[in-house]
Amino acid sequence: MLVLRDVEKAFGKVRALRDVCLDVPRGQMLGVIGRSGAGKSTLLRTINRLGDPSAGAIRFDGVDVTGLAGRELMAWRGRCAMIFQQFNLVGRLDVISNVLLGRLARTGRLASLLGHFSDEDRARAILALERLDMAHAALQRADTLSGGQQQRVAIARALVQEPDILLADEPIASLDPRSAQLVMEALRRINREDGITVIANLHTLDTARAYCDRIVGMREGRIVFDGRPDELTVERARELYGSDGLEEMLAETVTSTALPARLARVAA
Amino acid sequence: MTEHLRSDPTDRPAVRAFERHRQELRAKRRRGAILFWAILLVAVAVSVNVAQFFPQRLLAGLPRVGDYLFATLPELRPDVLFEGTRTEGSLAYWYFNLPKYLLLLAETINMALIGTALGTTGALILCFPASHNLVRSTWIYTATRRLLEFCRAVPEIIFAILFVYTFGVGPLAGVLALAIHTAGALGKLFSEVNENVPAGPIEGVRGAGGSWLQEMRFAVLPQVLPNFLSYALLRFEINIRSSSILGFVGAGGIGQELYYVISFNHYEEVSAIVLLIVLTVTSIDLLSARLRQMAAGQEQFL
Ligand SMILES: Nc1ncnc2c1ncn2[C@@H]1O[C@H](COP(=O)(O)OP(=O)(O)OP(=O)(O)O)[C@@H](O)[C@H]1O
Ligand SMILES: [Mg+2]
Repeated sequence: MLVLRDVEKAFGKVRALRDVCLDVPRGQMLGVIGRSGAGKSTLLRTINRLGDPSAGAIRFDGVDVTGLAGRELMAWRGRCAMIFQQFNLVGRLDVISNVLLGRLARTGRLASLLGHFSDEDRARAILALERLDMAHAALQRADTLSGGQQQRVAIARALVQEPDILLADEPIASLDPRSAQLVMEALRRINREDGITVIANLHTLDTARAYCDRIVGMREGRIVFDGRPDELTVERARELYGSDGLEEMLAETVTSTALPARLARVAA
Repeated sequence: MTEHLRSDPTDRPAVRAFERHRQELRAKRRRGAILFWAILLVAVAVSVNVAQFFPQRLLAGLPRVGDYLFATLPELRPDVLFEGTRTEGSLAYWYFNLPKYLLLLAETINMALIGTALGTTGALILCFPASHNLVRSTWIYTATRRLLEFCRAVPEIIFAILFVYTFGVGPLAGVLALAIHTAGALGKLFSEVNENVPAGPIEGVRGAGGSWLQEMRFAVLPQVLPNFLSYALLRFEINIRSSSILGFVGAGGIGQELYYVISFNHYEEVSAIVLLIVLTVTSIDLLSARLRQMAAGQEQFL
């Protein structure tokens, strides 16, 4: 169980997170929604400790994560894998090497610096790629792949970390609808089959509704909605996005994963 | 009339505010430019005076350059061009000392190679802490930057004199001098390449639990390595030139022989050695240009 208590994060005068309290049970698929600038990315980065919270506590299975440093911090980052909107693969490395980067927190320091990974690690990497239907591209340079393919490689990298939590920051925001669907389905499959907790920032309501067990809505750094997808009514959504914002949300079709359902609703 | 005014797009508050800001900026930039040119002009005037760089002196001196060059030209006679070392006017006579030259030339190239290799290694270690996007501690950053600056600010020849004094006459002094200067020069260039590296992959490695060294090794190095190789080869070309001069102060290589023949006015040997150096430098430049092209297109694996 991941527990956040009164987590705050300030960048100078901007308070990106305020009094964030959140309990995420193991194996849940959680969607985080909110306007641009609401603090969604900051929330995930703070959990992974890519950024440090200004105040408050983050605990995982009783261990205080906010106090970790050095090797323990790296081990923690290894346990909560991160997926980025811009994939963040190393373009000049081939796909298999990129996936192997997910093993860094677990390999011997010197061996990894020399670029040596065990046969077992390589096997894991290939199997992870296979699960995401990307094994065929294993020896291709990562920057020759399409966006959707790169994101699936990034998910494979996250998988070989054998994480407890998978944090996905707008994983489909720069993908076309078909790729977006593949990526979301992969995330849900990993969540169901491996029991890995998934926390995903999503920028379309439909995607969050279609794939998540629970939705958290943020506004100006606060959590203002927390409930099941069917509890997110149009009124609640309007509170989250403001009325102009909601219009925008509904007009957004580019990367929506549940296109038919949405069109039906707009038509109705 | 008011109708007309209202429709004038240049009269809107937003446009006026922008224009005002733009004028201010331009005025500021112009003041900066005037100051710059004024300082430059004064600096040039001062340095012309200090260096006694006057056109009439230049004109008076130019013929002497010609005289010296002319004096060093060998007297080659077409009829005996391919005779042995004892026939005056033959190529072999001009280059009677060729075996010695070649040996010294090999030593020169070796000095450049080893000096470049050592210097590049140093630069490779120092360039990461010298990149402001890669280190958090400004202390470490500033310290490595200053160290690199010192290494490249002191001319090779000064290091060479120092090392000839400490380790004695010979190529060791030259190699060390080249290595230190190369570490300084390349370290700066490398760190500038590092500073242009996209941050995404670095976060990718950090977010997966990688250490700082692993970030450098896997997220930075693959992206910058082709550039590093290219710069190192360029430096090798420069070091070939430098190492042929270092012998002047006793730091090994063909420079020592060049210095000797110049001092003793062995004119024909001066041209023989200079021609050899020019040929060597040119062919290595060409070779290294090819290698650099290859490095730029190269793929990276772990
Ligand atoms: N490194 C930073 N330095 C300064 N301010 C920051 C930084 N990162 C985020 N912020 C600020 O914190 C607030 C929350 O940003 P955050 O990126 O978390 O929003 P978001 O919900 O992810 O938005 P988006 O949907 O546009 O990605 C914003 O006001 C942003 O300007
Ligand atoms: Mg964001």
